[in-house]
Formats: sequence, structure tokens, C-alpha cells
Amino acid sequence: MNVGTVSQHISKQFDNELENIRERVLVMGGLVEQQLFNALKALTESEVEFAEGVIKKEPEVNRLEVSIDEDCTKILAKRQPAARDLRLVMAVIKTITDLERVGDEAEKVAKMAIDLIEKQGPKSYYVGINAMGNHVRNMVHDALDAFARMDTKAALRVAGEEPKSDEMYVAILRQLITYMMEDPRNITGTIDVVWTARALERIGDHARNICEYVIYFVEGKDVRHISIEQMEKEVNAD
Amino acid sequence: MTDVENDTPTHAMDLRSVIRQENRFNLADEKLCIGVSGFNLYYGDKQALKNVTMTIPEKRVTAFIGPSGCGKSTLLRCFNRMNDLIDSVRVEGTICLHEQDINVKDVNVSELRRRVGMVFQKPNPFPKSIYENVAYGLRIQGIKSRRTLDSAVEKSLKSAALWDEVKDRLHDNALGLSGGQQQRLVIARAIAIEPEVLLLDEPASALDPISTLKIEELIYELKSNYTIVIVTHNMQQAARVSDYTAYMYLGEMIEYSDTNTLFTNPKKKMTEDYITGRYG
Repeated sequence: MNVGTVSQHISKQFDNELENIRERVLVMGGLVEQQLFNALKALTESEVEFAEGVIKKEPEVNRLEVSIDEDCTKILAKRQPAARDLRLVMAVIKTITDLERVGDEAEKVAKMAIDLIEKQGPKSYYVGINAMGNHVRNMVHDALDAFARMDTKAALRVAGEEPKSDEMYVAILRQLITYMMEDPRNITGTIDVVWTARALERIGDHARNICEYVIYFVEGKDVRHISIEQMEKEVNAD
Repeated sequence: MTDVENDTPTHAMDLRSVIRQENRFNLADEKLCIGVSGFNLYYGDKQALKNVTMTIPEKRVTAFIGPSGCGKSTLLRCFNRMNDLIDSVRVEGTICLHEQDINVKDVNVSELRRRVGMVFQKPNPFPKSIYENVAYGLRIQGIKSRRTLDSAVEKSLKSAALWDEVKDRLHDNALGLSGGQQQRLVIARAIAIEPEVLLLDEPASALDPISTLKIEELIYELKSNYTIVIVTHNMQQAARVSDYTAYMYLGEMIEYSDTNTLFTNPKKKMTEDYITGRYG
């Protein structure tokens, strides 16, 4: 079967329109991924320019969301898609919402990075943030990859990584509380780090959402708000 | 159904057992109106329906979709034995209206067609007044009472959402109405004799979009009193008006399911290709 299976309509124009929104989601995904990468780099390597670059580029993510949304609306109005086509359009509309939020979170991380660089606080707790950052960045990357290949197995695997980012968040939080108790002067800087960890945790959630939309598109099954085990059961049923 | 075996009993079929065989979706909560079992139909040598098995629930809208020549109209016409009018037609298998086999010899076909009314693609009012069109079936039944006829005409025209438009000119010629009005008049004529089932063969395909919406709205209103079976080429229309949808192809029932499932997540690739416009 064709990967995107958006081809072979009697109307070639319809094929093109569907293929177009699918490709543009991947373009948007690439941009968001880059934003996240730069924000994390700014944070861990104290590179202010990278952080400023992220903030400057954020509106572009928003523009893409609006523009893809518009394309989807046009398709719904003109083509009245059904079945797989309808599910693709729905999955795209939802995916770009989550991507836009990942973009927002990346911007938050970038702003926090600038703050932290200015304060020049201790950096020892960056280790945990760094690991968590890499983890959720990989999740976003793999979720987009699953989207590009419309691969439910990959989507399931990525969604299964989400609880791990929650665990990492809890661990970082615990570590940061100790720092703050050790010396109250650390509190101001540490709170910024808490917010950063929170942003990363949210990004993990968004990546999981994207995986759920991939499963919805391919299998026609709504797997939101259930545990990973139930999700696997649903996907593997019949 | 394609995967139902041929050994279904031809008489006194147990509708529940057909449901169990289908086992595709939950019809169990529905009351059943028409049951089709192992049904084959031939036009001379050509087989037009192949082993069709399905049940049609009461007071619901069931739509048949499929490309031209797939047998959906043929199947619809079997429900009131319209195919009897074609000499070369031969049928096998059973169709039951409630528990009664409609293809056995002692069935009164006129009575069957009174119980199962039909509306065609092109509005076909009689060249008579609006009033007489609606009263026609009742007059044939021997009803002469002016008061009975008046109230039946009014009730039918109201049910067909036409009353307000024609109440001041009931004795004008029906051919002076617009296409959409004529089609609603024909529906009023069909329901005047209080059938149990209404068969609609492309009822809106010759109408403009506004009239089409009025007919669709009417179908929605009518299903509280009648079992409606509709054949349509317009898939969006099937999606909008029906509770259950059957996809047919080359005389076979490919997929029969509740409409929401069929249009969002069909089980068979053939159905999917057809409803998404990939069928070539």
C-alpha cells in the first residue's frame, strides 16, 4: 500500500490537495523540531543567539498552523472527504494544533534560557534537563516520522515513551527541591528550571497526542485518554 | 452478504438468525421490517443480484449506494415486486415483509404495493388536480366520503411538507407545480394510503439543491412513521439522511453497516475506495 495512501483518486486535484497538507505538516514539524533543538542548545550551552533565534522564528510556526488549517477547511468545504480521507484531514487539523503548542513550549524554554544565562546560576542540574530535553526531542522527531510513514507500530512505540518523560519530570523536580532547600538563594533561578522541565514534560504529551492521531488515521480507532496497554490492545485487535 | 452460505432456508426464515449470520453491527435493538435471504435475481441469463442477505429495520432510513448497474435499484424494486413487470426476470431466495414471504403465489400483489409504496427519480404526478392526485389511491380503495378524503389529503400534504404551498390551489393541475413540489406531491400520494414502507429510488436526483434539502428534511420527518429505503447516487445524501447504509457492487452486497461507521471507517477496501472517490 502506498505510504500516505492519498493517491489514486479519480480527481487528481484532490490527491494533490491531500498530499499537499500532509507535506506541509511535515514542513511545520521540521521547523518545530528545529526550534526545540535550538532552545535546548541555548539552555545547555548558554548560547543566547540560539534562544533569540527561537523567539524570532516562533511567529512562523503560528503562520504555518493558520495556513494549513485554512487548507483543511477548503478541502472539507469543497470535497466532503469520507473515510480515510476524512480521517487524514481530521488528523492533520489536530496534529498542527499540537505542533503549534510544541512551538510555544520551545519558545518558553528559549526565554527561560536567556533568563538563566543572565543570572549565571549553577549549572549542575542541567544534566537532568539535558537528558529530558533529548528524550522529548526524540519523541517529537519519532512522532513526526510515524506521521510521515503512517506507521502505527512506530506511533505506539513513541506513545509508550511518554510515561518516561513524566518520570523524568518528577525526578528533576525532586532534585530541584533539594537545591532550593540547601540554599534559599537558589530559589529564583531554580524556579525557572522547574518551568523549563514543565515545558518539556508538556512537549512529551503533545508528541504522544500526535501518535494517537496517526493511529486514528490508519486504524480508524480513537485511542485518546486510555493507557498505553489499552492502546496496544486496541491497535492489535482484529 | 457474500460470505453467507447458500443453505439458508427459503421459507419462514428466521430473521434473527439472519442477523446472527451478518454479525456486522448491532441491529439487534431494532425491530425488523424486511428480511432478505440468499436472494438471487436474473434478467434472462444475466445475474443481477447475487446471494443478497440483509435485514432492513423498521422506522429507520436504509440507503443503498453503489455504482451504476450494481443492482441497488433492482433490489429496491424487489421489495414491492415491481420486477414482476419485466418478463425475463427470475428470482431465487426469500424476501419477507415482516414474517410474510412476498414471493409466494398467494400474495396479493396490489395489497403488497399498497403496503410498500414507491417514489421514482422523476416526479410522475397524474395529469389531474393536486387534490385528486393525493386522493387517487383512496378512491381506488373505494373510499367516497368527502370528509374522509379531505382530511386524508390534508394530512398527507402536511406530512409531505407541501400543504402550506398548495392549500389555496388544491384543485389546480398538479403539472403546474415545480419539480420539487411535484416530487413532494408524489410522496404525499404514496403516503396517503398509509403504507408501511416507502421505497425511494433516487428521489432527489432530478431536483435543485434547495428542493433536495426539503426532500431530505421530509425523509427525516417521515421515518418516525415509515420504514424508508432509499437508493441514491449522492453519497453525501446517503450519509446525511440514512441510519444504515449498504454498499453494493456488481449485484453483491459488499458492506452493510450503520451509516456513521460506513462513512468514517468502512471495513472493506472496496467500500472505502467507492466512498472516497477512488473507484475507477
